[in-house]
Amino acid sequence: MLRSKTKMLQLAVTLLACAFLFVPIVMSVLAGLTANYFQGVSSGLTLKWVFEVWELYANSIFLSMGIAFACLICTVIIGVPAAYGLARHPGWMSRMLEEFISLPLAIPGLALALALLQLYGSMQGFRASWTFILVGHVLYTLPFMVRSILAVLASMDLKTLEEGAASLGASPWQRFRDIVVPNAMPGILAGALTVVTLSIGEFNLTWMLHTPYLKTLPVGLADSYASMRLEIASAYTLVFFILIVPLLMAMQWASARAQRIAK
Amino acid sequence: MTNRTFVLACLTPLFIFSLLFLALPLGRLFLASGEGDAGWAVYLDIVRKPRYLNTLVLTVLVSAATTIAALAVSTTAGMFLVRNQFRGRGTVLSVLTLPLAFPGVVIGFLIILLGGRQGLVNQLTPGHVVFAYSAIGLFLGYLYFSIPRVLLTVMAAAEKLDPSLEEAARTMGASPYRVVMDVIIPGLMPSLIASGAIAFATAMGAFGTAFTLATNIDVIPMVIYTEFTLSANIAMAAALSIALGIVTWILLLIARSLSGSTVAGGG
Repeated sequence: MLRSKTKMLQLAVTLLACAFLFVPIVMSVLAGLTANYFQGVSSGLTLKWVFEVWELYANSIFLSMGIAFACLICTVIIGVPAAYGLARHPGWMSRMLEEFISLPLAIPGLALALALLQLYGSMQGFRASWTFILVGHVLYTLPFMVRSILAVLASMDLKTLEEGAASLGASPWQRFRDIVVPNAMPGILAGALTVVTLSIGEFNLTWMLHTPYLKTLPVGLADSYASMRLEIASAYTLVFFILIVPLLMAMQWASARAQRIAK
Repeated sequence: MTNRTFVLACLTPLFIFSLLFLALPLGRLFLASGEGDAGWAVYLDIVRKPRYLNTLVLTVLVSAATTIAALAVSTTAGMFLVRNQFRGRGTVLSVLTLPLAFPGVVIGFLIILLGGRQGLVNQLTPGHVVFAYSAIGLFLGYLYFSIPRVLLTVMAAAEKLDPSLEEAARTMGASPYRVVMDVIIPGLMPSLIASGAIAFATAMGAFGTAFTLATNIDVIPMVIYTEFTLSANIAMAAALSIALGIVTWILLLIARSLSGSTVAGGG
């Protein structure tokens, strides 16, 4: 009896937590599709607000997608060779470097943005361009990419594989291209999905780095929360959910797969 | 090209990028913190001036409350999900981890939908119940993004916990309360400390949620933001950023040494 009572209590807490997380999401989706939120759903469902969001914020949405894509390319170009280098060259220096590039995970985005502004804020051409936001996003997402690949590479016997290939006459570049990259693929995929998901949702750095002409999706969201009617803010949030939730699920699937392979 | 030079060449882009955009900016930020009127005493001002001290105390209190609540909720739910197989378990788990990639601003908005002037609670209750813009709203917002993070860490540890230990305790007559206190919590302790440190650090540094909700209350990220944009007190903004960064970094270092991985991300 006592045991089932504790079980009921556990179930209640679990469901309550689910409700706490899920009810506001449902409300936001409904509010974005309701003709008039004050009158309730009985005022009718409409896509009017979603279209209005598209007219108002399409630029922000495309900018975010563009930055996320550019960020992915940068993190792959920097991260894949770096993870290989760190895996092949273990030691205190590599550990220090890994720890150092992971700082953006620990330091609040606001502080990083302030640091970037302090150093590069006066370089107008750079400060006012979208690449300034991109730098912030790469800074924040790069550790995820590197660690994701590193976890996969660390689990396999890279050295033996490479020595085998080297004895057959493969150059370092050939070995990197034909052995390391294919083997690291699950880690690269998981890292890539994480990078895109995080870049599209990044706000803390971006809010400080953006200019009035360059508003990313989350910056536009903050904007709509402050100055638009509730239906538009909700419809915009709905657009964001539609974009981010499939990415998030793909990311969780890919990360679980990479973790399985790393074991 | 020899092997060694190739490996070093692989590390070069990373090295250049983190030097240009991480090491140098952080160094500049640190120098900037000492360039104000107060000089390096600016760090003393954080604990000396009531405005900053009050902010610090409030931030720590809200973050601590968030951590305790998130640990309680997520450990209960996590143990339940690990120990029980039932229909809909996958759905429950997806709902509980869904907010992982939500930016803080969106979470702030969701709290407004719950507790704002047009919010659910205000509509359902007869009185005028608006809590979104108070410390309670902030607490709920932080709790919202902490639950998934803590849940994932605790569940990973709970899966490794041996159920036969609990069975043994029960057959020897231990009450459910004693089983939790003497078997489950000690077994989960490293992951509880780790996920608690993650929750606390994320709450301390959460800007997006505070930005949407904390119009009247000062928490450290909001004060950094207003010092920088409104008061142009760059030295103070820099000093608070450095102090906050060091605290969150140490907390996450503890978390990582205890659990191996951290589920980070801004709030």
